[in-house]
Amino acid sequence: MKGVWTIERNEQIAERVCRMVLRGRTEGIVPGQFVEIAIPGLYLRRPISVSDIEGDRLTIIYKIVGAGTARMAQMRSGEEIDMLTGLGHGYDLTQGGDEVLLIGGGVGVPPLIYAAKKLREAGKQVRVVMGFNTAHEVFGENEFQTFGCSVTVCTMDGSYGTKGVVTDVIDTPAPYYFACGPMPMLRAILQQIGTNGQMSMEERMGCGVGICMGCTIETKEGFRRVCKEGPVFNAETLMV
Amino acid sequence: MKVKLGHIALQNPVIPASGTCGFGQEMSEWFDLNILGAIATKGTTLEARYGNALPRIAECPAGLINAIGLQNPGVDEVIAHEMPALRKLYRGPIIANISGFSIDEYAYVCERIDKESDAAILEVNISCPNVHNGGMAFGTSPEAAAEVTKAVKAVTNKPVFMKLSPNVTDIVSIARACVEAGADGLCLINTVLGMRIDIRRRKPVIANRYGGYSGPGVFPIALRMVNQVSKACPGIPIIGCGGVSNAEEVIEMMMAGASAVEIGAANLQNPQVCREIIEALPAVMREMRIDHLQDIIGIV
Repeated sequence: MKGVWTIERNEQIAERVCRMVLRGRTEGIVPGQFVEIAIPGLYLRRPISVSDIEGDRLTIIYKIVGAGTARMAQMRSGEEIDMLTGLGHGYDLTQGGDEVLLIGGGVGVPPLIYAAKKLREAGKQVRVVMGFNTAHEVFGENEFQTFGCSVTVCTMDGSYGTKGVVTDVIDTPAPYYFACGPMPMLRAILQQIGTNGQMSMEERMGCGVGICMGCTIETKEGFRRVCKEGPVFNAETLMV
Repeated sequence: MKVKLGHIALQNPVIPASGTCGFGQEMSEWFDLNILGAIATKGTTLEARYGNALPRIAECPAGLINAIGLQNPGVDEVIAHEMPALRKLYRGPIIANISGFSIDEYAYVCERIDKESDAAILEVNISCPNVHNGGMAFGTSPEAAAEVTKAVKAVTNKPVFMKLSPNVTDIVSIARACVEAGADGLCLINTVLGMRIDIRRRKPVIANRYGGYSGPGVFPIALRMVNQVSKACPGIPIIGCGGVSNAEEVIEMMMAGASAVEIGAANLQNPQVCREIIEALPAVMREMRIDHLQDIIGIV
């Protein structure tokens, strides 16, 4: 859906990481889906995953990595922005048993926050394992704890939580997982934890709605568009 | 808003360009395709193609660069599934865009689409900048462009529109060669070959190194080329394409010489832009005191 949204809040929550809360029409948006934000002065919209929906409020958490996200960080409450919403194929949260595992790395964590909320509403036990480079980058711990998840945080340099990477603290066989994070993390999960789960992929996109073929990846089931058949794929189909 | 594109009547001149609307399925999630003047389908080749490595897209001032590399399911699949599925969503004229890596391939794919689909027009892409030994190689020499045109005309009775590349010294010589070889119409322009570099990584942004630049930045170039070709080849129907983003620019492109107008990059920015343009056209026509769009074609 294409619509105009009003920024309610836009604030920094960790090093180079911001949270923006917008108000608009939220119906039908599921965890793992993304929005495409029009940014004045830039041609292409920027795809950002949805990290929460509450009533008419939609939350995104984004890292400042380039010109688009830098401009987003300068936007102020009260400003209106044009967004496409409800994009992509999200997590199928009906999969897995009564106990599930969420694995997030860096700015791969945000879609898992919304997923955790829905999984807890469905009465599931949720364990969250998050990995960051260093303490200044950590966010999301409070949200997961508020939902009643058990949370383990890892940092590469040991400055917060457990020193190491997410796969160091996950015992196998692990419960069914939902993962999002950088490619090295996803590879390590496939190799060390297995394929019993779903992964959200990230690629540079053109349109975000499946028409330009800009983000096609090869999977075991053939060519798939990250923006349309994805971003969430069954882990067993991925060739990362 | 009615126009005639050669012998084919269009309810309006607005056509989503090949490669920016797939085979219509995804765009139909944003609006009813039946409002469109026509639809130009994704470039189809003999074999299924994955296309180029990622990244295939780069942001640019006033547009983007793409190097998709003709990802498409191949002519068998297009005929068996994509065209029938599109027909269920869209009753108007389908412009089948065809690409190839040899003259025989162009002719074969055109013959198959001619015989086994109800496409109204064959748009023959001799201008894709993103594949090696194909596409643009045929569109940058008048002789090669004429050879493809002749080969395609020999296997079809449907109108053949040759889609031309702007990456040439003299667009008029290519256009004339196509017309003399029997082309029923022309479509111009395809994307302008370009590049972006990631200065932090010191590498091209696009994995394929170069890609096709499109968007508002190419509009003046497209307009000039459409105007030159319409003056040099009077009477030949032209589909104007390149950076058109709104109803005013549709009219500008028609005044330059286009009988119909393809919308490309703008669809990637806003999947319902074609609907917005069609809805905006009547008011702009009134403001410009245009009774019939047909009257303004090539008046400048």
